[in-house]
Amino acid sequence: MPDLGKYADVVLSSYAVSLLLIVALVAVSIWRARRIKSELDRVEARGKNRG
Amino acid sequence: MASIWEYANPVKFIRTTDRVLPWLSAAAVVTLVVGLVWGFFFTPDDYRQGSTVKIIYLHVPAALMAINAWLMMLVASLIWIVRRHHVSALAARAAAPVGAVMTVIALVTGALWGQPMWGTWWEWDPRLTSFLILFLFYLGYMALWAAIEDDDTAADLTSILCLVGSVFAIISRYAVNFWNQGLHQGASVMRAGALAGDTEERVSNVFAVPLFVSIAGFVLLFIALVFLRTQTEIRARRTRALLARERMS
Repeated sequence: MPDLGKYADVVLSSYAVSLLLIVALVAVSIWRARRIKSELDRVEARGKNRG
Repeated sequence: MASIWEYANPVKFIRTTDRVLPWLSAAAVVTLVVGLVWGFFFTPDDYRQGSTVKIIYLHVPAALMAINAWLMMLVASLIWIVRRHHVSALAARAAAPVGAVMTVIALVTGALWGQPMWGTWWEWDPRLTSFLILFLFYLGYMALWAAIEDDDTAADLTSILCLVGSVFAIISRYAVNFWNQGLHQGASVMRAGALAGDTEERVSNVFAVPLFVSIAGFVLLFIALVFLRTQTEIRARRTRALLARERMS
């Protein structure tokens, strides 16, 4: 860990907030992608069963 | 050579991006981790700014992406207005949350950086203010998409909003040049010749090289997320269409 001196709080806060936001964005994007894909698969399967 | 308009076909777009996404995602993660780890752990403190200079590896790439995401949305919106390709309208919709998050990162890291350097978290400086307005445009753009049920009408109206908001995206970039006032410094990283060492305020290569790696990581992450989210929007649109057909039959 580098010595951040008297600015440690602002530097670490910047990295913490940014990484948290990026991880949340990626996680939500992947979660929604999976949810919508499975929903589409279900609707398409229902349509095929009906003929 | 295949025409770019072939990718306006949703099936072709999903098939192609499905092949590219794993590699793009891996490249984004590796580049981003290398850029940030290099910047955080292996660069020295600045003689004036101390360790706060390490915030540059987040603040500058996020600010660049915040502006360029909107410009990408502008191009996609224009394609929708002129050629009526659904994929382009949905790509613009997919990019908006990514751009909004980048804007928040730029604003938050800017405030955290500004406090010890300028003595204030916030100042109604031209660049800071135009960035805040750009963020509000992102929120408005996403809210408009969510508020309108008909996809084509939503795409039309959000495209117009995107055209209007582009003024603030451009002002965010050039505010320092338009109004020679305020706290925020002018461009020092992307300025022509900055790396060659022919300007007084040039960014030293010790900081510039990991910064460019970090910028590349943010760009790759943005592209990967837009591909993934555009796929999702295409599938969501098809789901809505199929459900509407079910209800009618």
